[in-house]
Amino acid sequence: MTTESTPVTAPSAPAPKASARPEKSSAEPPMLTGSGAILASLEKLGVTDVFGLPGGAIMPFYDELMASTAIRHILVRHEQGAGHAAEGYAAASGRLGVCIATSGPGATNLVTAIADAHMDSVPLLAITGQVFSTSMGTDAFQEVDITGITMPITKHSFLVTDPADVPGVIAAAVHIATTGRPGPVLVDVTKDAQQKSAPFIWPPKVDLPGYRPVTKAHGKQIQAAAQLIVEARKPVLYVGGGVVRSGASRELLAFAEKTGAPVVTTLMARGAFPDSHRQNLGMPGMHGTVPAVLALQESDLLIALGSRFDDRVTGKVSEFAPGAKVIHIDIDPAEIGKIRHADVPIVGDAREVLLDLLPAFEAVAAQQKPDTTDWWKRLETLRVQYPLGYVDDPDDGLLAPQAVIEAIGKLSGPEAVYAAGVGQHQMWAAQFIEYERPGAWLNSGGAGTMGYAVPAAMGAKVAQPDRLVWAIDGDGCFQMTNQELATCTINDIPIKVAIINNSSLGMVRQWQTLFYDGRHSFTDLETGSTRAGEETRMVPDFVKLAEAYGALGIRVTQPEEVEPAITLAMQTNDRPVVIDFIVSRDAMVWPMVPQGVGNSSVQYARDHAPVWDEE
Amino acid sequence: MTYHVLSLLVEDKPGLLTRVAGLFARRGFNIRSLAVGTTEIEGLSRITVVVEVEGLPLEQITKQLNKLINVLKIVELDAASSVQREHLLVKVRVDNTTRSQILEAANLFRARVVDVATDSLVIEVTGDTAKVEALLRVLEPYGVKEIAQSGLVAIGRGSKSISERVLKN
Repeated sequence: MTTESTPVTAPSAPAPKASARPEKSSAEPPMLTGSGAILASLEKLGVTDVFGLPGGAIMPFYDELMASTAIRHILVRHEQGAGHAAEGYAAASGRLGVCIATSGPGATNLVTAIADAHMDSVPLLAITGQVFSTSMGTDAFQEVDITGITMPITKHSFLVTDPADVPGVIAAAVHIATTGRPGPVLVDVTKDAQQKSAPFIWPPKVDLPGYRPVTKAHGKQIQAAAQLIVEARKPVLYVGGGVVRSGASRELLAFAEKTGAPVVTTLMARGAFPDSHRQNLGMPGMHGTVPAVLALQESDLLIALGSRFDDRVTGKVSEFAPGAKVIHIDIDPAEIGKIRHADVPIVGDAREVLLDLLPAFEAVAAQQKPDTTDWWKRLETLRVQYPLGYVDDPDDGLLAPQAVIEAIGKLSGPEAVYAAGVGQHQMWAAQFIEYERPGAWLNSGGAGTMGYAVPAAMGAKVAQPDRLVWAIDGDGCFQMTNQELATCTINDIPIKVAIINNSSLGMVRQWQTLFYDGRHSFTDLETGSTRAGEETRMVPDFVKLAEAYGALGIRVTQPEEVEPAITLAMQTNDRPVVIDFIVSRDAMVWPMVPQGVGNSSVQYARDHAPVWDEE
Repeated sequence: MTYHVLSLLVEDKPGLLTRVAGLFARRGFNIRSLAVGTTEIEGLSRITVVVEVEGLPLEQITKQLNKLINVLKIVELDAASSVQREHLLVKVRVDNTTRSQILEAANLFRARVVDVATDSLVIEVTGDTAKVEALLRVLEPYGVKEIAQSGLVAIGRGSKSISERVLKN
C-alpha cells in the first residue's frame, strides 16, 4: 500500500496536557487522549485559528483547546457562523478554514456552511463531537448521524471511534480538503475516542489509494489547445473560481496578454483578473455585462478555465455559445463534459496548465499569427454601447443602492476585502466594485446562502487583520446571521457592515415585479422606507441593534451622507461598524437574462434588449 | 432501456455502500441490481452495479464515482468480454399434473430443485440475465409464488485482474 505522508509544518507542539506517563525515550511516542491528539495534529498541520462553539460531546476537546497557545479559538454565537467564518477565512487567505461544533444540533447547524463550501470548493475542515460509541444507534441525547448527513455535501466524511486513528484521520482530512479541487471534509469524533488515550505518532501514515488528483495536464491536449487558440477568430477566456483557488492569477494575466483574448470573470472569479485591465469584459451570466454575455454567446472558442458552465452563466444550455468550440481546463474531471461537450478536455490544476499552455501557444503562434482584430472591434462596440449603469436618483427619493456600493468600493480600494450576502446587493457588489486581486471578493456563489456575509467577513478579518473588511449585506441576509456581531465586538474583530436596506427580500421582489405581475408575496421586511419620508415600522432598528452589540451604528438616508459615513466606518477600528443605508426598494439588477431562455435574450434594462444587426 | 455493468473496486469502509448508492440516487441514475462481496485482497470489496442509462451519459456517473475517496477503480464490463451471472431462487406452485412438466423445464435450463413440498417446488438457477428471465417466463404459467434473486456479478475474461496495479503507485 502507498504511504503519502502529509508534510509537517509546525513541529513545536506544546507539552501534551493529557500525557499519561513520562516519555521513557525520545523514540517512544507520547500517550495522548484522542482530544489531545486532535489538538496536536491541528497544531502540527499549522492551523492557527479555529471557529466553534462547545457542547456536551465535544467538551473533552475544548478542555484541551483551552491550554493551546498556538491556536486561537473564536467562540461564535451560532455554529453556522463558525462554518461561514471558516469559509471566509479560507477564501480570503487561501488557507484551510476550521470550524468546530458539538454533536446533534451543533453539527446540523454546520450543514449549511458545509454545503456552501462544497458548492464553492472552499477548503474547510469541520470537526464535530459525537455521542459515546457505545450509545451510537440508540437515539441518544444529541445524537445525529452527521457523517451520513454530510455525505452528499463533503469531499469526504470520517467517523473516529478509536483515539489511535485521530492523527491519521486529521492529516488525511486536511490533505483531502486542501488538495485537488478543494472542499469541505468532516471529522466526527465520539466522546469516548476523545477521552481514551493512544500513542501519538506523527507524521501518521496517510493511506488514500483512491485519491490521486491529477494536477499536470497531458502534453498532447496542451498542444491541441494551443492549436485551437491560434486558429480561433473569436476566442474568450471564460475564467471561473478555480483560478482563484489554484492561485493562477499571475499566470492567467501573462497568458491573456500573450494571446490577446478577451477575459470574462464569473461571479466566483471576480478579482481573478484585474477589472482595470483592458481585456476584462466583466462578469458573464444572468446579471453579467452585455459585452461579457455576448462575447461568450458569439465566440468561436471558449477557453474555460476552472469554470463549470453553471446554469447562471449559460442560461438555456442548448442555446449557449452555439458556434463555439470548447477547451475545458479543470482539476475535477467530472466537471469536464458535464454540461457542455469539451472539444479539448484538459484535466489539471489551472496554474500548472497555464504554465504549460503559454509556451505551447507561443510555439504555434510563431508559425501562424492569431488574428482577433475584428473580434475586438465588435466587443469594443458592445462595451461603448452597453456599459454597466444605473439610475442614481430613484423616483421614490431614496438612495440608489448601486451608488452606495460603488462609493464603498471607490473609497476602500482594491486591497480591501468585500464579502456579500445573497441577492440584489450581491449582484451590485459584483458589478460596481472594481476587483483587482483574487481573494478580495467573497460570496456564496453556488449555494446562494443568505447570511453568508457577516460571518464570512469576520473570518476574513481574522485571517487578514491588516485588511479593511466589508460585509456588504442585505436587510434580509443580515437578519439571518447578525448575532456574530457579538463575536466580532468581544474578540476585537472590527469588520464594517453595509446593510443595503431596501426593506425587502429584494431579488425575490424583483422577480415578482418582472415575472409574477408585480404580486409581492411575502417579500416585505419592514426594515426601511417605502419612499423618502415614509418609514416602515423599521423592525428591527438596525442602528439600535448595532449599538446593542457594541458596534457603531450609523443610518444613512441622504446621498451627501454616504461618503462621510463610509469614511467614519473606515476610521473606526475599536469596534465593528454597521451602516444602515436606506435605499430604494424598486431598484433592479440589470442587465438580466431571464431564467430559462438563451443568453441572446439578455436585457440591458427592462424591456430593452441589445440591437442585434447593428455592427 | 440500456443497461451497463460496472465493477467497482472499493475500500471496505463503514458507510461505503451508502456513499455509492446515494451518488446514483442524487445524480438521477437508476440501479437495476447491486451485488457486494469480498475480493482476493483483504480490506477491498467489489461492487457490481447494473445501471440504467437513458439519456444520461454513463461517463458522468463513473467520474462522480471516481471522486469517492474509497472507490479505487471502476471498470465497465460488456457482455462479450466478461462472464456475467445472477442467481435465482424461485418457488413454483405444483400439483400432480404439472410437477413433471416443471421438472423437465428445470432440467432444460440446467436448473436444480432444492426444496420439494406437496404443492410447491423451489428451483435454483444460475446464468446470465437472459437465461434467468427465460426460465421465469417458462415457469410463470404454473404460478410463481415467490422469487429471491441476487444481483448480477461479473468478471472479465482472460488473465487480467481488476485489482492489478490498484495498490501500487
